Amino acid sequence: MQPILSVRDLSKTYANGFQALKRVSLDVRKGEILALLGPNGAGKTTLISIVCGIVNATGGSVSVDGHDIVRDYRRARSLIGLVPQELTTDAFETVRATVNFSRGLFGKPKDPAFIETVLKDLSLWDKKDEKIITLSGGMKRRLMIAKALAHEPQLLFLDEPTAGVDVDLRRDMWALVRRLRESGVTIILTTHYIEEAEEMADRVGVINRGELMLVEEKAALMRQFGRKELTLELQTPLVELPAALSRYPLELRDGGRELVFSYDARGERTGITALLTALNEEGIRFRDLRTEQTSLEDIFVSLVRQK
Amino acid sequence: MNFSAIRTIYTFEMARAFRTLLQSIVSPVVSTSLYFVVFGGAIGSRIQEVDGVDYGSFIVPGLIMLSLLTQSIANASFGIYFPKFVGTIYEILSAPVSYVEIVVAYVGAAATKSILLGLIILATASLFVPLRIEHPFVMVLFLVLTAVTFSLFGFIIGIWADGFEKLQLIPLLVVTPLTFLGGSFYSISMLPPLWHTVSYFNPVVYLVSGFRWSFFGKSDVGVAASLAMTLVFLAVCLVLVAWIFRTGYKLKR
Repeated sequence: MQPILSVRDLSKTYANGFQALKRVSLDVRKGEILALLGPNGAGKTTLISIVCGIVNATGGSVSVDGHDIVRDYRRARSLIGLVPQELTTDAFETVRATVNFSRGLFGKPKDPAFIETVLKDLSLWDKKDEKIITLSGGMKRRLMIAKALAHEPQLLFLDEPTAGVDVDLRRDMWALVRRLRESGVTIILTTHYIEEAEEMADRVGVINRGELMLVEEKAALMRQFGRKELTLELQTPLVELPAALSRYPLELRDGGRELVFSYDARGERTGITALLTALNEEGIRFRDLRTEQTSLEDIFVSLVRQK
Repeated sequence: MNFSAIRTIYTFEMARAFRTLLQSIVSPVVSTSLYFVVFGGAIGSRIQEVDGVDYGSFIVPGLIMLSLLTQSIANASFGIYFPKFVGTIYEILSAPVSYVEIVVAYVGAAATKSILLGLIILATASLFVPLRIEHPFVMVLFLVLTAVTFSLFGFIIGIWADGFEKLQLIPLLVVTPLTFLGGSFYSISMLPPLWHTVSYFNPVVYLVSGFRWSFFGKSDVGVAASLAMTLVFLAVCLVLVAWIFRTGYKLKR
Protein backbone atom coordinates (compact mmCIF):
# COMPACT_ATOMS: atom_id res chain seq x y z
CA MET A 1 0.00 0.00 0.00
CA GLN A 2 1.24 3.48 -0.83
CA PRO A 3 2.35 5.32 2.29
CA ILE A 4 0.24 8.35 3.16
CA LEU A 5 3.39 10.30 3.90
CA SER A 6 6.70 9.72 2.25
CA VAL A 7 9.74 11.76 3.25
CA ARG A 8 12.97 11.35 1.25
CA ASP A 9 16.38 12.70 2.27
CA LEU A 10 14.84 15.79 3.78
CA SER A 11 17.34 18.41 4.89
CA LYS A 12 16.95 21.83 6.37
CA THR A 13 19.61 24.36 7.17
CA TYR A 14 18.29 27.62 8.59
CA ALA A 15 19.65 30.99 7.53
CA ASN A 16 21.76 31.18 10.69
CA GLY A 17 23.55 27.98 9.65
CA PHE A 18 21.73 25.70 12.07
CA GLN A 19 21.19 22.29 10.53
CA ALA A 20 17.79 21.24 11.80
CA LEU A 21 17.33 18.15 9.63
CA LYS A 22 19.97 15.88 8.12
CA ARG A 23 18.70 13.75 5.24
CA VAL A 24 15.70 12.35 7.04
CA SER A 25 13.69 9.62 5.30
CA LEU A 26 10.44 8.27 6.64
CA ASP A 27 7.34 6.45 5.42
CA VAL A 28 4.08 6.64 7.32
CA ARG A 29 1.39 4.06 6.71
CA LYS A 30 -2.25 4.91 6.30
CA GLY A 31 -4.19 4.72 9.53
CA GLU A 32 -1.34 4.41 11.98
CA ILE A 33 -0.31 6.59 14.89
CA LEU A 34 3.33 7.51 14.72
CA ALA A 35 4.97 9.22 17.65
CA LEU A 36 8.07 11.27 16.98
CA LEU A 37 10.12 11.46 20.12
CA GLY A 38 13.00 13.78 20.64
CA PRO A 39 14.44 16.37 22.97
CA ASN A 40 13.81 20.08 22.39
CA GLY A 41 15.46 21.33 19.22
CA ALA A 42 15.77 17.85 17.74
CA GLY A 43 14.00 18.84 14.52
CA LYS A 44 10.49 17.52 15.14
CA THR A 45 8.72 20.80 14.49
CA THR A 46 10.92 21.59 11.50
CA LEU A 47 9.96 18.28 9.92
CA ILE A 48 6.27 18.95 10.42
CA SER A 49 6.55 22.55 9.26
CA ILE A 50 8.17 21.49 5.99
CA VAL A 51 5.48 18.90 5.30
CA CYS A 52 2.77 21.48 5.98
CA GLY A 53 4.35 24.22 3.86
CA ILE A 54 5.40 26.61 6.61
CA VAL A 55 9.14 26.11 6.19
CA ASN A 56 11.00 25.60 2.90
CA ALA A 57 13.21 22.51 2.73
CA THR A 58 16.86 22.86 1.78
CA GLY A 59 16.95 19.45 0.13
CA GLY A 60 14.98 16.27 -0.37
CA SER A 61 11.33 15.70 -1.14
CA VAL A 62 8.03 14.98 0.57
CA SER A 63 4.84 13.55 -0.85
CA VAL A 64 1.45 13.16 0.77
CA ASP A 65 -0.61 10.30 -0.62
CA GLY A 66 1.53 10.50 -3.75
CA HIS A 67 1.22 14.28 -4.17
CA ASP A 68 4.47 16.22 -4.02
CA ILE A 69 4.19 18.99 -1.42
CA VAL A 70 5.76 21.58 -3.72
CA ARG A 71 4.56 20.73 -7.23
CA ASP A 72 1.14 19.55 -6.15
CA TYR A 73 0.78 21.55 -2.94
CA ARG A 74 -2.95 22.05 -3.22
CA ARG A 75 -3.81 18.38 -3.19
CA ALA A 76 -1.09 17.54 -0.69
CA ARG A 77 -2.12 20.25 1.77
CA SER A 78 -5.84 19.61 1.53
CA LEU A 79 -5.16 16.17 3.03
CA ILE A 80 -3.26 17.58 5.99
CA GLY A 81 -4.48 19.01 9.27
CA LEU A 82 -2.00 20.75 11.52
CA VAL A 83 -2.20 21.50 15.22
CA PRO A 84 0.90 23.55 15.98
CA GLN A 85 2.66 23.56 19.27
CA GLU A 86 2.00 27.18 20.18
CA LEU A 87 -1.48 28.29 21.15
CA THR A 88 -1.98 30.76 18.34
CA THR A 89 -5.53 31.91 17.83
CA ASP A 90 -7.33 35.07 17.00
CA ALA A 91 -8.74 36.79 20.04
CA PHE A 92 -11.98 38.43 19.00
CA GLU A 93 -13.42 35.85 16.67
CA THR A 94 -16.03 33.45 17.97
CA VAL A 95 -15.29 29.75 18.26
CA ARG A 96 -17.65 28.80 15.46
CA ALA A 97 -16.46 31.57 13.16
CA THR A 98 -12.83 30.57 13.48
CA VAL A 99 -13.59 26.90 12.78
CA ASN A 100 -15.64 27.89 9.73
CA PHE A 101 -12.73 30.09 8.67
CA SER A 102 -10.40 27.08 8.73
CA ARG A 103 -12.80 25.03 6.65
CA GLY A 104 -13.27 27.82 4.11
CA LEU A 105 -9.53 28.28 3.80
CA PHE A 106 -9.24 24.71 2.61
CA GLY A 107 -11.84 25.30 -0.07
CA LYS A 108 -14.52 23.15 1.48
CA PRO A 109 -18.16 24.21 1.27
CA LYS A 110 -19.87 25.18 4.52
CA ASP A 111 -21.14 22.22 6.52
CA PRO A 112 -22.76 23.35 9.78
CA ALA A 113 -23.69 19.79 10.76
CA PHE A 114 -20.10 18.60 10.46
CA ILE A 115 -18.75 21.59 12.35
CA GLU A 116 -21.30 20.89 15.08
CA THR A 117 -20.02 17.32 15.36
CA VAL A 118 -16.41 18.45 15.58
CA LEU A 119 -17.19 21.04 18.25
CA LYS A 120 -19.26 18.57 20.23
CA ASP A 121 -16.49 15.95 20.01
CA LEU A 122 -14.12 18.45 21.54
CA SER A 123 -16.63 19.64 24.16
CA LEU A 124 -16.66 23.11 22.64
CA TRP A 125 -20.25 23.24 21.43
CA ASP A 126 -21.38 25.19 24.51
CA LYS A 127 -18.76 27.78 23.71
CA LYS A 128 -19.56 28.12 20.02
CA ASP A 129 -20.62 31.76 20.25
CA GLU A 130 -17.99 32.83 22.75
CA LYS A 131 -15.04 34.94 21.74
CA ILE A 132 -11.78 32.99 21.74
CA ILE A 133 -10.19 35.40 24.20
CA THR A 134 -12.61 34.19 26.90
CA LEU A 135 -11.53 30.54 26.59
CA SER A 136 -9.18 28.78 28.98
CA GLY A 137 -5.86 27.37 27.80
CA GLY A 138 -7.22 23.84 27.56
CA MET A 139 -10.20 25.01 25.53
CA LYS A 140 -7.92 26.91 23.17
CA ARG A 141 -5.86 23.77 22.69
CA ARG A 142 -9.03 21.86 21.80
CA LEU A 143 -10.14 24.70 19.55
CA MET A 144 -6.91 24.41 17.59
CA ILE A 145 -7.62 20.72 17.10
CA ALA A 146 -11.15 21.59 15.96
CA LYS A 147 -9.70 24.03 13.43
CA ALA A 148 -7.32 21.38 12.13
CA LEU A 149 -10.18 18.89 11.78
CA ALA A 150 -12.57 21.36 10.16
CA HIS A 151 -11.60 20.35 6.62
CA GLU A 152 -11.71 16.61 7.29
CA PRO A 153 -7.99 15.85 6.87
CA GLN A 154 -6.60 12.37 6.21
CA LEU A 155 -3.30 13.08 7.91
CA LEU A 156 -3.23 14.93 11.20
CA PHE A 157 -0.12 16.43 12.76
CA LEU A 158 -0.24 17.07 16.46
CA ASP A 159 2.84 18.99 17.51
CA GLU A 160 3.20 18.42 21.24
CA PRO A 161 -0.55 18.27 21.79
CA THR A 162 -0.32 17.82 25.52
CA ALA A 163 2.46 20.23 26.40
CA GLY A 164 1.29 22.18 29.43
CA VAL A 165 -2.01 20.33 29.58
CA ASP A 166 -3.42 18.89 32.80
CA VAL A 167 -3.86 15.17 33.36
CA ASP A 168 -7.61 15.05 32.69
CA LEU A 169 -7.31 16.92 29.45
CA ARG A 170 -4.40 14.75 28.42
CA ARG A 171 -6.54 11.65 28.86
CA ASP A 172 -9.33 13.30 26.84
CA MET A 173 -6.85 14.14 24.13
CA TRP A 174 -5.60 10.58 23.96
CA ALA A 175 -9.16 9.27 23.72
CA LEU A 176 -9.86 11.72 20.92
CA VAL A 177 -6.76 10.64 19.02
CA ARG A 178 -7.85 7.02 19.27
CA ARG A 179 -11.33 7.87 17.98
CA LEU A 180 -9.76 9.72 15.07
CA ARG A 181 -7.59 6.76 14.23
CA GLU A 182 -10.65 4.52 14.27
CA SER A 183 -12.26 6.84 11.73
CA GLY A 184 -9.28 6.23 9.45
CA VAL A 185 -7.17 9.33 10.07
CA THR A 186 -3.42 8.86 10.15
CA ILE A 187 -1.85 10.67 13.07
CA ILE A 188 1.67 11.89 13.57
CA LEU A 189 2.33 13.34 16.96
CA THR A 190 5.47 14.76 18.42
CA THR A 191 6.09 14.69 22.07
CA HIS A 192 8.78 14.63 24.63
CA TYR A 193 6.52 12.85 27.06
CA ILE A 194 7.57 9.27 26.59
CA GLU A 195 4.49 7.95 28.34
CA GLU A 196 2.45 9.57 25.62
CA ALA A 197 4.24 7.66 22.90
CA GLU A 198 4.07 4.51 24.96
CA GLU A 199 0.36 4.95 25.51
CA MET A 200 -0.68 5.98 22.04
CA ALA A 201 1.65 5.07 19.26
CA ASP A 202 1.74 2.11 16.91
CA ARG A 203 5.21 3.08 15.84
CA VAL A 204 7.80 5.29 17.43
CA GLY A 205 10.42 7.38 15.71
CA VAL A 206 13.28 8.83 17.67
CA ILE A 207 14.76 12.02 16.33
CA ASN A 208 17.80 13.72 17.75
CA ARG A 209 19.94 16.56 16.41
CA GLY A 210 18.20 16.47 13.05
CA GLU A 211 18.65 12.76 12.50
CA LEU A 212 15.99 10.11 12.57
CA MET A 213 17.74 7.52 14.69
CA LEU A 214 15.14 4.81 14.35
CA VAL A 215 11.55 4.13 13.44
CA GLU A 216 10.18 0.95 14.89
CA GLU A 217 6.99 -0.78 15.92
CA LYS A 218 6.51 0.23 19.50
CA ALA A 219 6.14 -3.35 20.70
CA ALA A 220 9.22 -4.49 18.78
CA LEU A 221 11.17 -1.56 20.09
CA MET A 222 10.24 -2.36 23.64
CA ARG A 223 11.18 -5.99 23.09
CA GLN A 224 14.39 -5.22 21.32
CA PHE A 225 15.60 -2.90 23.97
CA GLY A 226 13.47 -4.45 26.61
CA ARG A 227 15.74 -5.31 29.46
CA LYS A 228 13.94 -6.61 32.48
CA GLU A 229 14.85 -6.15 36.08
CA LEU A 230 14.24 -8.59 38.89
CA THR A 231 14.13 -6.91 42.26
CA LEU A 232 14.51 -8.97 45.42
CA GLU A 233 13.56 -7.51 48.77
CA LEU A 234 16.06 -8.88 51.25
CA GLN A 235 15.22 -9.98 54.75
CA THR A 236 18.52 -8.67 56.10
CA PRO A 237 20.13 -5.72 54.33
CA LEU A 238 23.51 -6.38 52.71
CA VAL A 239 26.42 -4.00 53.05
CA GLU A 240 28.19 -5.36 50.02
CA LEU A 241 27.78 -8.13 47.50
CA PRO A 242 29.35 -11.47 48.39
CA ALA A 243 32.25 -12.35 46.08
CA ALA A 244 30.50 -15.52 44.95
CA LEU A 245 27.80 -13.40 43.29
CA SER A 246 30.17 -11.11 41.41
CA ARG A 247 29.58 -12.87 38.08
CA TYR A 248 25.93 -11.78 38.06
CA PRO A 249 24.87 -8.30 36.95
CA LEU A 250 23.64 -7.30 40.35
CA GLU A 251 23.16 -4.02 42.08
CA LEU A 252 22.27 -3.13 45.65
CA ARG A 253 19.66 -0.46 46.10
CA ASP A 254 17.68 1.19 48.88
CA GLY A 255 20.56 1.01 51.35
CA GLY A 256 21.20 -2.70 50.76
CA ARG A 257 17.57 -3.70 51.29
CA GLU A 258 17.01 -4.49 47.62
CA LEU A 259 19.02 -6.60 45.25
CA VAL A 260 18.41 -5.84 41.55
CA PHE A 261 19.24 -8.29 38.79
CA SER A 262 18.95 -7.17 35.19
CA TYR A 263 18.53 -9.66 32.39
CA ASP A 264 17.38 -10.02 28.82
CA ALA A 265 13.82 -11.31 28.85
CA ARG A 266 14.11 -12.60 25.29
CA GLY A 267 17.25 -14.64 25.94
CA GLU A 268 17.08 -18.41 25.98
CA ARG A 269 18.47 -18.42 29.47
CA THR A 270 17.66 -15.56 31.72
CA GLY A 271 19.96 -16.79 34.47
CA ILE A 272 17.27 -16.43 37.11
CA THR A 273 17.35 -20.04 38.29
CA ALA A 274 21.12 -20.00 38.62
CA LEU A 275 20.99 -16.74 40.54
CA LEU A 276 18.36 -17.98 42.96
CA THR A 277 20.37 -21.15 43.57
CA ALA A 278 23.49 -19.10 44.22
CA LEU A 279 21.59 -16.87 46.63
CA ASN A 280 20.32 -19.92 48.45
CA GLU A 281 23.86 -21.27 48.74
CA GLU A 282 25.03 -17.95 50.13
CA GLY A 283 22.21 -18.04 52.64
CA ILE A 284 20.68 -14.82 51.40
CA ARG A 285 16.96 -14.91 52.03
CA PHE A 286 14.35 -12.62 50.56
CA ARG A 287 10.84 -11.62 51.53
CA ASP A 288 9.44 -10.62 48.18
CA LEU A 289 10.32 -10.24 44.54
CA ARG A 290 9.08 -8.34 41.49
CA THR A 291 10.08 -7.89 37.86
CA GLU A 292 9.89 -4.73 35.78
CA GLN A 293 10.26 -4.03 32.08
CA THR A 294 12.35 -1.12 30.86
CA SER A 295 10.14 1.76 29.81
CA LEU A 296 10.34 3.56 26.50
CA GLU A 297 11.90 6.38 28.44
CA ASP A 298 14.92 4.28 29.37
CA ILE A 299 15.21 3.16 25.77
CA PHE A 300 14.99 6.70 24.57
CA VAL A 301 17.54 8.02 27.03
CA SER A 302 19.99 5.28 26.13
CA LEU A 303 19.51 5.96 22.41
CA VAL A 304 20.02 9.67 22.71
CA ARG A 305 23.06 9.14 24.93
CA GLN A 306 24.72 6.77 22.51
CA LYS A 307 25.33 9.56 20.03
CA MET B 1 -8.53 28.92 -8.03
CA ASN B 2 -9.54 28.36 -4.42
CA PHE B 3 -12.31 30.99 -4.45
CA SER B 4 -13.62 29.72 -1.15
CA ALA B 5 -10.31 30.64 0.49
CA ILE B 6 -10.31 34.11 -1.07
CA ARG B 7 -13.84 34.69 0.15
CA THR B 8 -12.95 33.34 3.60
CA ILE B 9 -9.95 35.62 4.11
CA TYR B 10 -11.75 38.59 2.54
CA THR B 11 -14.77 38.16 4.80
CA PHE B 12 -12.54 37.74 7.84
CA GLU B 13 -10.70 40.97 7.07
CA MET B 14 -13.90 42.88 6.42
CA ALA B 15 -15.41 41.58 9.66
CA ARG B 16 -12.34 42.87 11.47
CA ALA B 17 -13.07 46.36 10.13
CA PHE B 18 -16.71 46.22 11.19
CA ARG B 19 -15.72 45.06 14.66
CA THR B 20 -13.66 48.21 14.97
CA LEU B 21 -16.24 50.40 13.29
CA LEU B 22 -15.43 53.42 15.41
CA GLN B 23 -11.78 53.35 14.45
CA SER B 24 -12.35 52.36 10.81
CA ILE B 25 -15.15 54.69 9.82
CA VAL B 26 -16.01 57.24 12.47
CA SER B 27 -12.53 58.53 13.18
CA PRO B 28 -11.71 59.43 9.54
CA VAL B 29 -15.07 61.23 9.26
CA VAL B 30 -14.27 63.23 12.37
CA SER B 31 -10.75 64.08 11.23
CA THR B 32 -11.98 65.08 7.76
CA SER B 33 -14.54 67.36 9.33
CA LEU B 34 -11.76 68.92 11.37
CA TYR B 35 -9.72 69.55 8.23
CA PHE B 36 -12.69 71.37 6.76
CA VAL B 37 -13.19 73.46 9.84
CA VAL B 38 -9.50 74.42 9.96
CA PHE B 39 -8.45 74.57 6.31
CA GLY B 40 -11.78 75.17 4.68
CA GLY B 41 -13.38 77.47 7.24
CA ALA B 42 -10.71 79.29 9.24
CA ILE B 43 -7.81 79.49 6.78
CA GLY B 44 -9.65 78.90 3.53
CA SER B 45 -11.81 81.96 3.97
CA ARG B 46 -8.68 84.10 3.61
CA ILE B 47 -7.41 82.25 0.55
CA GLN B 48 -8.66 83.19 -2.84
CA GLU B 49 -9.81 80.64 -5.33
CA VAL B 50 -7.19 78.21 -6.63
CA ASP B 51 -7.36 77.57 -10.38
CA GLY B 52 -10.82 79.04 -10.31
CA VAL B 53 -12.03 76.63 -7.67
CA ASP B 54 -13.19 77.67 -4.22
CA TYR B 55 -10.43 76.67 -1.74
CA GLY B 56 -12.75 74.57 0.41
CA SER B 57 -13.74 72.50 -2.61
CA PHE B 58 -10.19 72.50 -3.96
CA ILE B 59 -8.81 70.52 -1.02
CA VAL B 60 -11.48 67.77 -1.18
CA PRO B 61 -9.69 65.50 -3.71
CA GLY B 62 -6.41 65.95 -1.83
CA LEU B 63 -8.05 65.11 1.48
CA ILE B 64 -9.60 61.97 0.05
CA MET B 65 -6.24 60.94 -1.40
CA LEU B 66 -4.54 61.63 1.91
CA SER B 67 -6.91 59.26 3.72
CA LEU B 68 -6.92 56.75 0.88
CA LEU B 69 -3.13 56.44 0.90
CA THR B 70 -2.67 56.26 4.64
CA GLN B 71 -5.65 53.98 5.29
CA SER B 72 -4.81 51.60 2.42
CA ILE B 73 -1.33 51.18 3.80
CA ALA B 74 -2.50 50.92 7.40
CA ASN B 75 -5.24 48.40 6.62
CA ALA B 76 -3.17 46.13 4.43
CA SER B 77 0.01 46.25 6.47
CA PHE B 78 -1.80 45.51 9.72
CA GLY B 79 -3.94 42.83 8.06
CA ILE B 80 -0.95 40.69 7.15
CA TYR B 81 1.39 41.79 9.94
CA PHE B 82 -0.96 40.81 12.74
CA PRO B 83 -1.28 37.09 11.82
CA LYS B 84 2.50 37.05 11.53
CA PHE B 85 2.80 38.67 14.95
CA VAL B 86 0.38 36.37 16.80
CA GLY B 87 1.34 33.31 14.76
CA THR B 88 -2.00 32.54 13.12
CA ILE B 89 -0.27 32.91 9.75
CA TYR B 90 0.57 29.19 10.04
CA GLU B 91 -2.95 28.41 8.95
CA ILE B 92 -2.76 30.51 5.80
CA LEU B 93 0.64 29.10 4.88
CA SER B 94 -0.42 25.49 5.40
CA ALA B 95 -3.71 25.83 3.52
CA PRO B 96 -4.08 24.87 -0.14
CA VAL B 97 -4.01 28.52 -1.11
CA SER B 98 -1.84 30.08 -3.80
CA TYR B 99 0.07 33.31 -3.31
CA VAL B 100 -2.14 35.06 -5.82
CA GLU B 101 -5.19 34.07 -3.79
CA ILE B 102 -3.63 35.33 -0.55
CA VAL B 103 -2.76 38.68 -2.12
CA VAL B 104 -6.14 39.08 -3.83
CA ALA B 105 -7.92 38.40 -0.54
CA TYR B 106 -5.85 40.63 1.75
CA VAL B 107 -5.27 43.45 -0.71
CA GLY B 108 -8.85 43.24 -1.95
CA ALA B 109 -10.20 43.63 1.56
CA ALA B 110 -7.85 46.50 2.41
CA ALA B 111 -8.68 48.29 -0.85
CA THR B 112 -12.40 47.79 -0.35
CA LYS B 113 -12.19 49.36 3.08
CA SER B 114 -10.28 52.40 1.90
CA ILE B 115 -12.54 52.90 -1.11
CA LEU B 116 -15.54 52.84 1.22
CA LEU B 117 -13.70 55.30 3.40
CA GLY B 118 -12.96 57.57 0.42
CA LEU B 119 -16.64 57.60 -0.48
CA ILE B 120 -17.62 58.39 3.11
CA ILE B 121 -15.18 61.29 3.16
CA LEU B 122 -16.57 62.49 -0.16
CA ALA B 123 -20.09 62.38 1.28
CA THR B 124 -18.94 64.20 4.43
CA ALA B 125 -17.19 66.84 2.35
CA SER B 126 -20.30 67.46 0.29
CA LEU B 127 -21.99 68.58 3.49
CA PHE B 128 -19.42 71.36 3.92
CA VAL B 129 -18.64 72.58 0.42
CA PRO B 130 -20.28 72.56 -3.01
CA LEU B 131 -18.81 69.75 -5.10
CA ARG B 132 -18.96 68.79 -8.72
CA ILE B 133 -17.37 65.78 -10.33
CA GLU B 134 -16.69 66.36 -14.00
CA HIS B 135 -15.31 62.95 -14.84
CA PRO B 136 -16.89 60.42 -12.48
CA PHE B 137 -15.46 57.38 -14.27
CA VAL B 138 -11.91 58.73 -14.09
CA MET B 139 -12.57 59.60 -10.46
CA VAL B 140 -13.57 56.02 -9.67
CA LEU B 141 -10.64 54.69 -11.72
CA PHE B 142 -8.15 56.75 -9.68
CA LEU B 143 -9.90 55.82 -6.47
CA VAL B 144 -9.68 52.10 -7.19
CA LEU B 145 -6.19 52.14 -8.69
CA THR B 146 -4.78 54.14 -5.80
CA ALA B 147 -6.51 52.00 -3.19
CA VAL B 148 -5.23 48.79 -4.77
CA THR B 149 -1.71 50.09 -5.35
CA PHE B 150 -1.24 51.40 -1.84
CA SER B 151 -2.90 48.37 -0.28
CA LEU B 152 -0.30 46.28 -2.13
CA PHE B 153 2.38 48.63 -0.84
CA GLY B 154 0.97 48.25 2.69
CA PHE B 155 0.92 44.47 2.28
CA ILE B 156 4.62 44.57 1.41
CA ILE B 157 5.36 46.73 4.47
CA GLY B 158 3.36 44.32 6.64
CA ILE B 159 5.45 41.40 5.45
CA TRP B 160 8.72 43.28 5.73
CA ALA B 161 8.02 44.62 9.23
CA ASP B 162 9.16 42.46 12.12
CA GLY B 163 8.04 44.85 14.83
CA PHE B 164 5.40 47.48 15.39
CA GLU B 165 7.98 50.20 14.96
CA LYS B 166 8.87 49.11 11.45
CA LEU B 167 5.18 48.88 10.68
CA GLN B 168 4.84 52.61 11.41
CA LEU B 169 8.21 53.67 10.05
CA ILE B 170 7.49 54.01 6.34
CA PRO B 171 3.96 55.41 6.71
CA LEU B 172 5.21 58.04 9.17
CA LEU B 173 8.56 58.96 7.70
CA VAL B 174 7.89 58.56 3.99
CA VAL B 175 4.23 58.45 3.12
CA THR B 176 2.90 61.23 5.37
CA PRO B 177 5.52 63.80 4.27
CA LEU B 178 5.07 62.89 0.63
CA THR B 179 1.33 63.25 0.98
CA PHE B 180 1.52 66.61 2.71
CA LEU B 181 4.02 67.83 0.14
CA GLY B 182 2.01 66.26 -2.65
CA GLY B 183 -0.28 69.20 -3.23
CA SER B 184 -3.20 67.96 -1.13
CA PHE B 185 -3.80 71.44 0.24
CA TYR B 186 -2.34 73.57 -2.53
CA SER B 187 -1.54 73.63 -6.21
CA ILE B 188 2.16 73.01 -6.78
CA SER B 189 2.12 75.99 -9.13
CA MET B 190 1.83 78.08 -5.95
CA LEU B 191 5.34 76.93 -4.92
CA PRO B 192 8.62 78.74 -5.71
CA PRO B 193 10.20 77.39 -8.96
CA LEU B 194 12.77 75.15 -7.22
CA TRP B 195 10.18 73.36 -5.07
CA HIS B 196 7.84 73.25 -8.00
CA THR B 197 10.48 71.20 -9.87
CA VAL B 198 11.23 69.03 -6.84
CA SER B 199 7.53 68.23 -6.56
CA TYR B 200 7.63 66.39 -9.87
CA PHE B 201 9.70 63.70 -8.14
CA ASN B 202 6.96 63.14 -5.61
CA PRO B 203 4.68 60.34 -6.85
CA VAL B 204 1.81 61.56 -4.69
CA VAL B 205 1.67 64.79 -6.73
CA TYR B 206 0.58 62.72 -9.72
CA LEU B 207 -2.12 60.90 -7.77
CA VAL B 208 -3.58 64.05 -6.24
CA SER B 209 -3.33 65.94 -9.49
CA GLY B 210 -5.04 63.25 -11.54
CA PHE B 211 -7.71 62.80 -8.94
CA ARG B 212 -8.34 66.53 -8.76
CA TRP B 213 -8.61 66.68 -12.53
CA SER B 214 -11.48 64.18 -12.39
CA PHE B 215 -13.32 66.63 -10.14
CA PHE B 216 -12.58 70.04 -11.63
CA GLY B 217 -11.01 69.34 -15.02
CA LYS B 218 -7.86 71.19 -13.94
CA SER B 219 -4.56 69.72 -12.80
CA ASP B 220 -0.91 70.41 -12.09
CA VAL B 221 0.31 67.61 -14.32
CA GLY B 222 -1.37 65.88 -17.25
CA VAL B 223 -3.90 63.17 -16.53
CA ALA B 224 -2.05 60.72 -18.77
CA ALA B 225 1.14 61.30 -16.76
CA SER B 226 -0.82 60.80 -13.52
CA LEU B 227 -2.31 57.56 -14.73
CA ALA B 228 1.05 56.33 -16.03
CA MET B 229 2.77 57.06 -12.71
CA THR B 230 0.06 55.21 -10.78
CA LEU B 231 0.39 52.21 -13.06
CA VAL B 232 4.18 52.23 -12.74
CA PHE B 233 3.93 52.19 -8.97
CA LEU B 234 1.34 49.43 -9.16
CA ALA B 235 3.67 47.40 -11.37
CA VAL B 236 6.59 47.92 -8.96
CA CYS B 237 4.46 46.69 -6.05
CA LEU B 238 3.29 43.65 -8.02
CA VAL B 239 6.86 42.69 -8.87
CA LEU B 240 7.88 43.05 -5.22
CA VAL B 241 4.97 40.92 -4.02
CA ALA B 242 5.76 38.25 -6.61
CA TRP B 243 9.36 38.19 -5.42
CA ILE B 244 8.31 37.97 -1.76
CA PHE B 245 6.18 34.93 -2.40
CA ARG B 246 8.62 33.24 -4.72
CA THR B 247 11.38 33.41 -2.14
CA GLY B 248 9.18 33.12 0.93
CA TYR B 249 10.88 36.29 2.21
CA LYS B 250 10.02 36.86 5.90
CA LEU B 251 7.09 34.47 5.56
CA LYS B 252 8.76 31.10 5.37
CA ARG B 253 12.01 30.24 7.01
